[in-house]
Amino acid sequence: MEIPYNSKPRPDTGLYNAKVGIWLFLASEVMLFGALFSSYIMLRVGAPEGTWPAPGSLLKVGPGAFNTVVLILSSVTVVLAWASLKFNNFKQYRMFQGITIVCALIFMCVKAYEYHDKFTHYEIVLKEGVTHYEGISHGTGVRSHLNLVDGHLVNQTEDEITLTVHPHHDDHAGHDHGAEAHPEEHDGDHSGHDHAEHAHGGHDAIQVTVRKSDIAKMESYGPWHSTYLAIYFTMTGLHAIHVIGGAFVIFYIWGPGAKMWKTDPERYVNRVEVSGLFWHLVDLVWIFLFPILYLL
Amino acid sequence: MAGDAKDFKTYVRPYLMVFGVLMLGTFLTVAASWFDFDAHFGSHWVNMTVGLLIAVTKASFVVLWFMHLISEKQLIYLVLGFTCFFFVGLMGLTVWAMQDFPNFTTLVGLD
Repeated sequence: MEIPYNSKPRPDTGLYNAKVGIWLFLASEVMLFGALFSSYIMLRVGAPEGTWPAPGSLLKVGPGAFNTVVLILSSVTVVLAWASLKFNNFKQYRMFQGITIVCALIFMCVKAYEYHDKFTHYEIVLKEGVTHYEGISHGTGVRSHLNLVDGHLVNQTEDEITLTVHPHHDDHAGHDHGAEAHPEEHDGDHSGHDHAEHAHGGHDAIQVTVRKSDIAKMESYGPWHSTYLAIYFTMTGLHAIHVIGGAFVIFYIWGPGAKMWKTDPERYVNRVEVSGLFWHLVDLVWIFLFPILYLL
Repeated sequence: MAGDAKDFKTYVRPYLMVFGVLMLGTFLTVAASWFDFDAHFGSHWVNMTVGLLIAVTKASFVVLWFMHLISEKQLIYLVLGFTCFFFVGLMGLTVWAMQDFPNFTTLVGLD
């Protein structure tokens, strides 16, 4: 038995089945992300003074903005691909939707780079009384009472960990530092750290080797690090799953599923439209995620 | 809707214009974050409001043109009407619950 209104619209509603289905699904998606946005508001408003990171201090705006442009571009190519099919131009559809898939891959690569950057970014709390690292160690924000070394992982052995530290770039909570860093003023003989300096943009990035016996607590900037990073990874992680899912469906329709264009073109166009609607929701969510997580 | 390349260009022109608007909106979002409106207006919420207003404008263009809600069927509007009701309700409850801070909040273990 043939399912009615699979490709032709139902006369009274003017809609085919999948169109109603995808909008109901998108409605549930709005509520899913709505719950996370609500959590974000609660966490941010409830965060104690100075614990929420200053805009741009933990996440680089550049990759986030680049990904925004990539997703917007992919939204346009999705709609152009659909319009191409409406004009019976399958070759052009293939080109536009191919660009969409490439955009999805680029987005995920940038996201992977950002995640990797956070998972290799360490905050080390030194033991009380350890003074070898003075000048490069200082607390930030609400943790200004702690003796911290903050930087990206270079190397780790059984006894030591080496980080690249940007001494003037640790103000994550937007507050004054406990102490300014002046690594060039230090006596290397007693410190146990290695001042192998190398240039990183305009900052004086230095490599610091910390003895593990001097460490009270060490933690990367993963979701466990702070409330902000917990909600950042939750929201962007869920969004990334949507990007992967959407890209997979678009790829299937673009590649193996394209046979339908010859057997049932109307239904095929409907499939492209429905997958496109989902993709626009993915773009829509990112339009809000980018400012609240990276800029505000 | 088969037609020639010229018809196609005419058909997709609104989409390309929306693309331009979205790119401009993205630039404005980043540019607005460079200014400290909060300090200028003496409020904690001005930067947030400006950023969200731009985001809502961008989202409206995506929803209305790319998702074709500017000319959609009645049933879809009905579904989205319910969605809006519950979404606004959720955000309303969230804002309402903000009154709980800090009175009912115990801050422990900050380090």
